[in-house]
Amino acid sequence: MNTEILGVILMYAAVLVLAIPLGRYIGKIFNYENTWLDKTFNPLDKLFFKLSGIDPAKEMNWKQHLVALLTTNAFWFVISLFVLTNMSWLPLNPDGNPSMSWDLAFNTSVSFVSNTNLQHYSGETGLSYAGQLILMLWQFISAATGIAICAVIFNAMKAGTTEKLGNFYSYFVRTCTRILLPIAFIGAVVLVFNGTPMTFEGKDTITTLEGVEQNISRGPAAAFVPIKQLGTNGGGFYGPNSTNPMENPNYLTNILETVFIFIIPIALVFALGYVLKRRKLALMIYGVMTAGFLCLVVPSIYYEMNGNPAITEMGIAQDMGSMEGKEVRFGSAASAYWAINTTCTSNGSVNAMHDSMTPLTGMFAMLGMMINSFYGGVGVGFINFYVFIILAVFIGGLMVGRTPEFLGKKVEAKEVKIAMIIALLHPLMILGGTALASFLYAGNPEAYAGWLNNPGYHGFGEFLYEFCSASANNGSGFEGLGDNTPFWNVATGLVMLLGRYLPIIGPVAIAGMLASKKYIPESAGTLKTDTSTFGVLVFAVIAIVAALAFFPALTLGPLAEYFSLY
Amino acid sequence: MNAERNQRLFSSNFIREALVASVIKLHPGKMARNPVMFSVEIGTGIMVVVTVASLITADQSLGAPGYNGWITGLLMLTLLFSNFAEALAEARGKAQAAALRKTRTDTLARRIEKTGRHTMVSASELDRGDLFLVEEGELIPADGEIVEGLASIDESAITGESAPVIREADSDRNSVIGGTRLLSDRILVKVTSQPGESFLDKMIALVEGADRKKTPNELALTILLAGFTIVFLLVAVALQPFAAFSGATLPVASLIALFVCLIPTTIGGLLSAIGIAGMDRALGANIIAKSGKAVETAGDVDVLLLDKTGTITIGNRKATRFYPSAGKDLSEFSRLAAISSLADHTPEGKSILELARQNGASGEDPDWPDPEFVPFSAETRMSGVNLPDGTRIRKGAWDAIGDWCRRDSLKAENPELETWVRDIAAKGGTPLALAVDNRPVGVIQLEDIIKPGIRERFDRFRKMGLKTVMVTGDNPLTAAFIAAEAGVDDFIAEARPEDKLGYIKKEQQAGKLVAMMGDGTNDAPALAQADIGIAMNSGTQAAKEAANMVDLDNDPTKLLEVVEIGKQLLITRGNITTFSIANDVAKYFAIVPALFTISVPGLKALDIMHLGSPESAILSAVIFNALIIPLLIPLALSGVKYRPVGASVLLTRNLLVYGLGGIAVPFAGIKLIDLVVKQFI
Repeated sequence: MNTEILGVILMYAAVLVLAIPLGRYIGKIFNYENTWLDKTFNPLDKLFFKLSGIDPAKEMNWKQHLVALLTTNAFWFVISLFVLTNMSWLPLNPDGNPSMSWDLAFNTSVSFVSNTNLQHYSGETGLSYAGQLILMLWQFISAATGIAICAVIFNAMKAGTTEKLGNFYSYFVRTCTRILLPIAFIGAVVLVFNGTPMTFEGKDTITTLEGVEQNISRGPAAAFVPIKQLGTNGGGFYGPNSTNPMENPNYLTNILETVFIFIIPIALVFALGYVLKRRKLALMIYGVMTAGFLCLVVPSIYYEMNGNPAITEMGIAQDMGSMEGKEVRFGSAASAYWAINTTCTSNGSVNAMHDSMTPLTGMFAMLGMMINSFYGGVGVGFINFYVFIILAVFIGGLMVGRTPEFLGKKVEAKEVKIAMIIALLHPLMILGGTALASFLYAGNPEAYAGWLNNPGYHGFGEFLYEFCSASANNGSGFEGLGDNTPFWNVATGLVMLLGRYLPIIGPVAIAGMLASKKYIPESAGTLKTDTSTFGVLVFAVIAIVAALAFFPALTLGPLAEYFSLY
Repeated sequence: MNAERNQRLFSSNFIREALVASVIKLHPGKMARNPVMFSVEIGTGIMVVVTVASLITADQSLGAPGYNGWITGLLMLTLLFSNFAEALAEARGKAQAAALRKTRTDTLARRIEKTGRHTMVSASELDRGDLFLVEEGELIPADGEIVEGLASIDESAITGESAPVIREADSDRNSVIGGTRLLSDRILVKVTSQPGESFLDKMIALVEGADRKKTPNELALTILLAGFTIVFLLVAVALQPFAAFSGATLPVASLIALFVCLIPTTIGGLLSAIGIAGMDRALGANIIAKSGKAVETAGDVDVLLLDKTGTITIGNRKATRFYPSAGKDLSEFSRLAAISSLADHTPEGKSILELARQNGASGEDPDWPDPEFVPFSAETRMSGVNLPDGTRIRKGAWDAIGDWCRRDSLKAENPELETWVRDIAAKGGTPLALAVDNRPVGVIQLEDIIKPGIRERFDRFRKMGLKTVMVTGDNPLTAAFIAAEAGVDDFIAEARPEDKLGYIKKEQQAGKLVAMMGDGTNDAPALAQADIGIAMNSGTQAAKEAANMVDLDNDPTKLLEVVEIGKQLLITRGNITTFSIANDVAKYFAIVPALFTISVPGLKALDIMHLGSPESAILSAVIFNALIIPLLIPLALSGVKYRPVGASVLLTRNLLVYGLGGIAVPFAGIKLIDLVVKQFI
């Protein structure tokens, strides 16, 4: 078999082999069962709680959880703003990089608090090491926020009637110390041995083969990159992200970084099975997510490996596939695979330029973000999927002649209302934002000429991609878009904030309200949610609610481009 | 009777009535109840303006006037079809209710005034609490309770059952319905409902729509559909700037056509018709539901409490054998049995008398004149007579008699009785002990006959996930035997009313929904506690007040039908929703390429149906969207057939039929319509 494809299969297999035990381990952590890291981390956890004066044993209801989540995030948001606007005089600035302006600092902070990591700066010149470290801290915080709130929803899905859903701070700290830190540490060690810089010294100067002097940016990159991948953050240490050889030196590190994108989102699904003791339910969810992922990744790899017909027409052989915007050390298959990985999860790191991919790969990347729950971001991917389950349960329940129930709780008007609002939000922001941009541009193409290098279908695709990326908290971009303007900063900033917090608040509210309802034991008349039939229904709901709404937009972007190219 | 009634439902009368109503229902105030169809109405309004504007101005961007006119007309048709479905369901319900109500409107009532005299008034003037007198051969003017007298009544006008029924004051069968005819005797009746507030009036209001509240599931579904409507509104609205960016121009008509085709008009248009049809079906089964919610909840029931007698076994137990104890011979025992049952009008009592007569005892005993009858009471669970000479004869369940006699002496003196009791019970019979002056004298064997086919019926319910519980006054041994024979899942033996209540509460605490049927006043607490309580129409007013449905036929197996009607209601809604949403796939493929093939010729490739032209593609999709509503009216009104299989099998089947079918049908339908439409463009 083609070694490139073999490499892709290997990467997926590695994720699966690691995610199953990791899921079990995460389940144990959520269940407060003993794990082998307790000895090391129990004292550390205790120290945190002692210093902060938080009682980790105090159980919270769903509203208190949301308050805790929002206050934690707000607190660190302010600190991040302070550091980014005062980097120039703060320590750890060997290259003498300037402070950020207030608006850029705001945009950057929003982008990192929302786990989006859309970057309107280049790390090499725009940040000091203190700035890099505060953003790295955010990569832990936003990831742990998503995972901790996901744990709250798992807790709410348990049998029985309760308002008490554990302690947010406790889930948060346990996620950081027992899941993110240890795995990120392993990743960092591997990266260091493969040549990724890990230093607090400033730029290095080398003389190239041409005899020119060149400054090479360095910094604590090896520590930064693993959490960037692991926490579905995606914000690179360097501007070009993981296409940069310092950030992603070789095929081995590429495997590691690709595996890190998927490992926690998939492990969380297995963790759900462990926490609820419902392995079949976890398998159903994993099955639907995987089926969706395969629908996107298989054609993407196919189109990237088969080259660009416009280049073929010029008489140029494309044995390696479409290599425009790709790194030779990774090849077209691994690049396409990464592209779909990074857009299906809300990661957004890149190892190739998405703007240069063939039209349909671009479309599948966008679909990954439009659906945003085929694995999805850490924690939040499952939370998005949860909304689709609620909608499918409702329709399916009616189809079998019973008031819909999910895991023994009746799904009624209130839950349907919230689920529908959340399901609406994503199309609203993406289509609304793109419509606004199109309207402005179509009304006055000269004034907005700076936005697009490629007018036409691809330009439209760039608008669409940008709003998908912001709303899905992805952070990658069709980089042809000139997005460092007030319009794009403000619009994407707002979309990122709404796209982060509302889809957390809604499902937590649903789960909290369901948890406090009367528990109804299953009978033969109950719609079973752990069957493949129900999985088909969920898939259909996702396809119709999340994907079909975007069909006309995709038609005018990548599909129009495809049909005019092929 | 029901078949005949249903046959009339699609008659031209209804259709004419519904056609008129469907135009009246276009009133925006009425449409606003239904967000999906209301948005279609707004779209139609916009299209009227656009059509007029395109006629009087030469503005090309508004589209061709003819095309605009067609779209406007089709949208109007969509609205009318949806209204027609609702109006037809209402007309059916009204007709059924009116048939029930017809008889009593013109009846005269003989009202008893405070002075004691009676005056003739119209039935509609009777208030709650009024007393009226009914004589043989007259129509009963209003619902009420018999205060004095016993009578046989012909209830066929209401129930369709021709055999007369007996109603009697101070019994559990003291209630009469307005519109029924008194066949014998005379009765004094107290009115139990305000004019216009009888169960029937409430039910009519439910069907007529004025009072119709959305049921919880209907409300949730409306929210879901409103959500879809907003999504597709967004899709359509955003398309205009998208098109502007690509240099395409989209006429308003095409955008509105896209919007109307994508929003779930099929289910939106049929939703209220389905709800009303559910009520109609209940009414068709001679069940009066007090709310739509009750019918819907019936589909969710987990536990059915079924009275053994009449539901599981045919009619009543019969006495089949006497077992006199040592020292009594059969004729003496028969004498005692006969006299104890003389005034016992229960079927069991009558059958004992019958068996005694076969053994030569008449019951009219010259030795014992003027016996004083002791009626059965729920507390003592015995009945019998006190004779003038002080002799007391009692019959009742073995343990009730045991309580009456001295328990310790019972076993010692009558070892054979104990054996007989156990043997009879083990064979599914009911032992009835007879005792004289606190001393047992023998056992009467009563036997039950289980209804044919009931076992299969319970198997079906088990597959649906319902638990059936038999409620019986029998002792546990007998109950267990019959329960096993009939295939029920559980039983409550020696049941007293409080046992039923306790059982219901226990199941409800475990999260189950419980349905039961009852008639007596002592059933009222349990009927009120149950999630679905069905009172027999012959039952007491208290029972009827406590229940949320009343069964006009007094048929205990009706509980099973009610559950099916409830499930059918939900399934019909769910499946048409799925069908409606699945239709969008084909509509996208018809309309989206049509919108852009001119500005982006490459997109012709997406036109996988190869439709005639952009205009005919859009028109065909809109025509399909409109026509599918009337095509599905029969399904909406008669309901999707419910099959008693497990939820998973049902889901798979319905997903295949309504999900896959919902994807495939419009592809074929739009293509066919296009073949016709393109001839005219």
